[in-house]
Amino acid sequence: MATTLTPILSEFWDEPESWTLRTYESHGGYQALRTALARKPEEIVDLVKASGLRGRGGAGFPAGLKWSFLPAPDGGPRYLVVNADESEPGTCKDIPLLMASPQTLLEGMVIACYAIRAERAFVYLRGEVVHVYRRLLRALEEARGAGYVGRNILGSGFDLEIVMHAGAGAYICGEETALLDSLEGRRGQPRLKPPFPAVAGLYSRPTVVNNVESIASVPSIVHNGPDWFQDMGTERSTGFGLFSLSGHVKRPGQYEAPLGITLRELLDMAGGLRDGNELKFWTPGGSSTPLFTAEHLDVPLDFESVAAAGSMLGTRALQIFDHTTCVVRAVLRWMEFYQHESCGKCTPCREGTYWMTQVLRSLEAGEGSPEDLDKLLDVCDNVLGRSFCPLGDGATSCVTSSLQYFRDEYLSHLTHGGCPFDPMESTLFAGASA
Amino acid sequence: MNNRRADVRGHAEGDERFAAVDTHIRKTRHSQDQLIQTLHVAQDIFGHLSHDLMAHVATELRLPPSTVYSVATFYHLFRLDPPGEHQCTVCTGTACFVKGSESIVGKLSAEYGLAPGQTTDDGRLTLRTARCLGSCGLAPVTVLDGRIQAHQTPEGTLEQVGRMLDPHALLPEPADEIAPDDGRRAV
Ligand SMILES: Cc1cc2nc3c(=O)[nH]c(=O)nc-3n(C[C@H](O)[C@H](O)[C@H](O)COP(=O)(O)O)c2cc1C
Ligand code: SF4
Repeated sequence: MATTLTPILSEFWDEPESWTLRTYESHGGYQALRTALARKPEEIVDLVKASGLRGRGGAGFPAGLKWSFLPAPDGGPRYLVVNADESEPGTCKDIPLLMASPQTLLEGMVIACYAIRAERAFVYLRGEVVHVYRRLLRALEEARGAGYVGRNILGSGFDLEIVMHAGAGAYICGEETALLDSLEGRRGQPRLKPPFPAVAGLYSRPTVVNNVESIASVPSIVHNGPDWFQDMGTERSTGFGLFSLSGHVKRPGQYEAPLGITLRELLDMAGGLRDGNELKFWTPGGSSTPLFTAEHLDVPLDFESVAAAGSMLGTRALQIFDHTTCVVRAVLRWMEFYQHESCGKCTPCREGTYWMTQVLRSLEAGEGSPEDLDKLLDVCDNVLGRSFCPLGDGATSCVTSSLQYFRDEYLSHLTHGGCPFDPMESTLFAGASA
Repeated sequence: MNNRRADVRGHAEGDERFAAVDTHIRKTRHSQDQLIQTLHVAQDIFGHLSHDLMAHVATELRLPPSTVYSVATFYHLFRLDPPGEHQCTVCTGTACFVKGSESIVGKLSAEYGLAPGQTTDDGRLTLRTARCLGSCGLAPVTVLDGRIQAHQTPEGTLEQVGRMLDPHALLPEPADEIAPDDGRRAV
């Protein structure tokens, strides 16, 4: 049975001025908020729990369960922080969502805050995207003007202030505890867990950190009910999600589909690979998830199936590489990224990414020796599971998986005395300027 | 001698831009957790964060200068050196990289004699590279003076940069017009 797309979050992205409050309301926007405010906060938490919604920021932790971990209100502040740092290479879903329909996130935030009884919420947006920041500020102004944010929302007696915060450029600030440190004005370096943010988060107060897409999915769940959500996706990975296709596909972009769709189906919708080229390797969930190859075209893209096949669903960032791409070069590029973004707090990641970059660089230049491949695996072994946060673990994924599937290609660099690929072949303008 | 208790303290050199930074600090009630936002404001006003400026922020927020310095050097968006009049940033995230951003950087480097991060001697152009800008569907991407440009080629970017440096040229379309198209959906 062919899966079809489920445009829910992206329902009206193609409309002119899709980002305005008027467009949002004309599509039933803020109905869910009215429904929610008529019920008790705990009921909303239970409803989200029942829907099975799992975090869309990478780890897939059940959202309703996370909300229920907050201690009972003690009169002090509690916070919702929306993680809009989106920096995982290949991940490009939150930013288009924020550009196209920022009100969806705002409505989700108001409902979530009502559910967890938070009166102040933050959006931590990555600092590079100034146009998104401007759009969010405008959207917030509109929502406040209409009485959806501020004091006594829709006469319910519930107050909420939302603060838009622009980061200053650092991948690690997507990690939730580093994000909290950054929000407090410090260097963004991960904190030791426990205590988890639910207990001691922002300013040591109970805090829920959720991804943009997780929170943006809440209004539709409240509006349509948990059963509607559960009918999509698979038993343990319910609902829909944005799949970002990039790389060597004809029509890259965001495809919203039920979890459990396969790459084969998505590729059909995206027009296949460019020039009918062959699929070589791909990432199911961004650069921190182990590579897949053509043999994984039919793996259902849900949390369990992807894990069973040896990778992770992550952020559903499908980066597609065709046979013109050198895998060593791609892995080197990723490693340079991790080396640059390693926050330096712990030794395995700080030193490991540095040394792996050196080794990969010499291999790509055809200057290494076959023993270097084992050296790489040995370094990975010392980083994986020994790093302070998942950034270090994620950095090893591309190395171990590429060595698993493409060991011969590494070796051919050595016999060939350099990279056997022409880097121009993989470019957008291949053939054009030749 | 100025009254040190006055609201706007300014700076010993009498540079009025310091007063503008102080206005922001006062508005945010000297709170130390506003350090990053304060540095953003300071950099917007001065173009970069000089040691003098960081020391000033440290004094006003009652933070050790080392804290201000460590935060300023942690985040990529803060610059400790003065930038050029115009900026060209090439995304070198994975999607852009495989689709040719390396040759775009190479072309620009050769033409202007710059390595990424450097500014031309006449101070007119700064060339930078950026990690993934989250516009992978538009790869390869560049940002010219704050405006996102999609589907770039070495020759095309070179020409656009040339136009950017030409005082009589028209500016490219604003980024807001481009970004939402990234949300393509097949139906
Ligand atoms: C290095 C690193 C980077 C991360 N970047 C992001 C990010 O950009 N956006 C995001 O939502 N989550 C990111 N995460 C995951 C967050 O730590 C956290 O799990 C997530 O925001 C929780 O939200 P969710 O439960 O709604 O998915 C990152 C994690 C790590 C370790
Ligand atoms: S694993 Fe890397 S990013 Fe994470 S704390 Fe250690 S050094 Fe920092």
